Amino acid sequence: MSIFRLFNKPRSAPLARERLQVLLSHERCSMDKDLVSLLREEILAVIAKHVQVDADKVQIKMDRGEHVSILEIDIEIPRDAEVLAA
Amino acid sequence: MGKVIVVTSGKGGVGKTTSTAALGAALAQRNEKVAVVDFDVGLRNLDLIMGAERRVVYDIVNVIQGDAKLPQALIRDKRLDNLFLLPASQTRDKDALTPEGVEQVMNDLKRYFDWIICDSPAGIERGATLAMRHADVAVVVTNPEVSSVRDSDRIIGMLDSKTLKAERGERMEKHLLLTRYDSNRAERGDMLKVEDVLEILSIPLLGIIPESMDVLRASNIGAPVTIADARSAPAMAYFDAARRLAGENVPISIPGEKRGIFGKIFGRKAA
Repeated sequence: MSIFRLFNKPRSAPLARERLQVLLSHERCSMDKDLVSLLREEILAVIAKHVQVDADKVQIKMDRGEHVSILEIDIEIPRDAEVLAA
Repeated sequence: MGKVIVVTSGKGGVGKTTSTAALGAALAQRNEKVAVVDFDVGLRNLDLIMGAERRVVYDIVNVIQGDAKLPQALIRDKRLDNLFLLPASQTRDKDALTPEGVEQVMNDLKRYFDWIICDSPAGIERGATLAMRHADVAVVVTNPEVSSVRDSDRIIGMLDSKTLKAERGERMEKHLLLTRYDSNRAERGDMLKVEDVLEILSIPLLGIIPESMDVLRASNIGAPVTIADARSAPAMAYFDAARRLAGENVPISIPGEKRGIFGKIFGRKAA
C-alpha cells in the first residue's frame, strides 16, 4: 500500500451508520415473521403442489433495501414436469 | 424499597461487568446501600472484577435452592462498607436459576438495599431474560460498533416486551451507556459517533465511557475503576453516569482525550 493511500482511506463510520439503519428498520418490524421469508415459503409451497421441485434447482435471492426489498426466486422446471402437470 | 437496575447488552465483551462494578461502587460512594448481582451462572466474573473471587462461599443458586440464607451469600466489599456482591454459581448450568427463586431473591434484596444492580449474561436466553425481568431501569451497554448496536436494538425490544414492567403495561426506563468510545477515531470518521448511536437506538444517554487503559488496570488489580482510580477519565464518566441514575441533572460531556503533538507521535496522552 502506498503512503498516499494510507492517508486517503475512505471514512467507514457513515457506511456503518447506513447499514445499521437499513438492517434495524427491517428487524424491528419483522421480529416474529419476516414478510419476505413468509412469501418465499408460501410461493415455494404453491409451486411444489404442481411441480416436483428439485431443491438444488431453486435459487433464492433477497435484497433488503431501505424503501423496497427484492425477492428473486429462480426455479428451473424440467420439460417432463410440465408434461405431467398438463 | 430499592431500585432494580439491569446492566445488559446482548453482545458479550462490551463492558457489562465492568460497568456494573463501576456504577455499583460509584453509587455506594454516595452513601447508598448497593448490591451487585451476577446473573452469569456458569461463567461468573463479577467476583473477579470486584476483587472478591477468593471470598466466595455461597452463590445465588445456593440461595434459590435453600442451601444458604441471603445474608450468608452476600459478600461485603473490603473498601466500601455499603457495597455488597451476590455472586453467580460457577459450577451449575444456567437452568439452575428459576423465575420463582429469582423473584424471591429480588424482593428480599429490595428490602435491604437502595440499589440492586443486576449484571446480565450476554445473549438473549434464560439468564439474560431473568436478569432483566424485575428491573425498574435498564442500562444498555453499547460499543460504537455495528454488531453491538444491532444486539442492543434487539435487547431494547426484549426490555419492552419480556419484563414484568412491560407485562404490566408500564414503560421500562432505558438508558444508553456508550463504552469504549474514542472521540479521536469518531472525529476522523472511523468510528460511529455518539449522535449516530443515539439516533439509531433512540433511548436517552446515560454516559459516554472513553476507551482507556485504566479499565484494564482496574480489572487487573480487582477493583471497580471508580475505586481503583477515581480521578481517571473512565471513572469520572462512571461517576457522572451514577449521578444521572440517581436523578441528578448532569450535563453530558464527551470525554475527548485532547492529544498534543507528542501524543500524536507516540500514540498516547502527552500529559
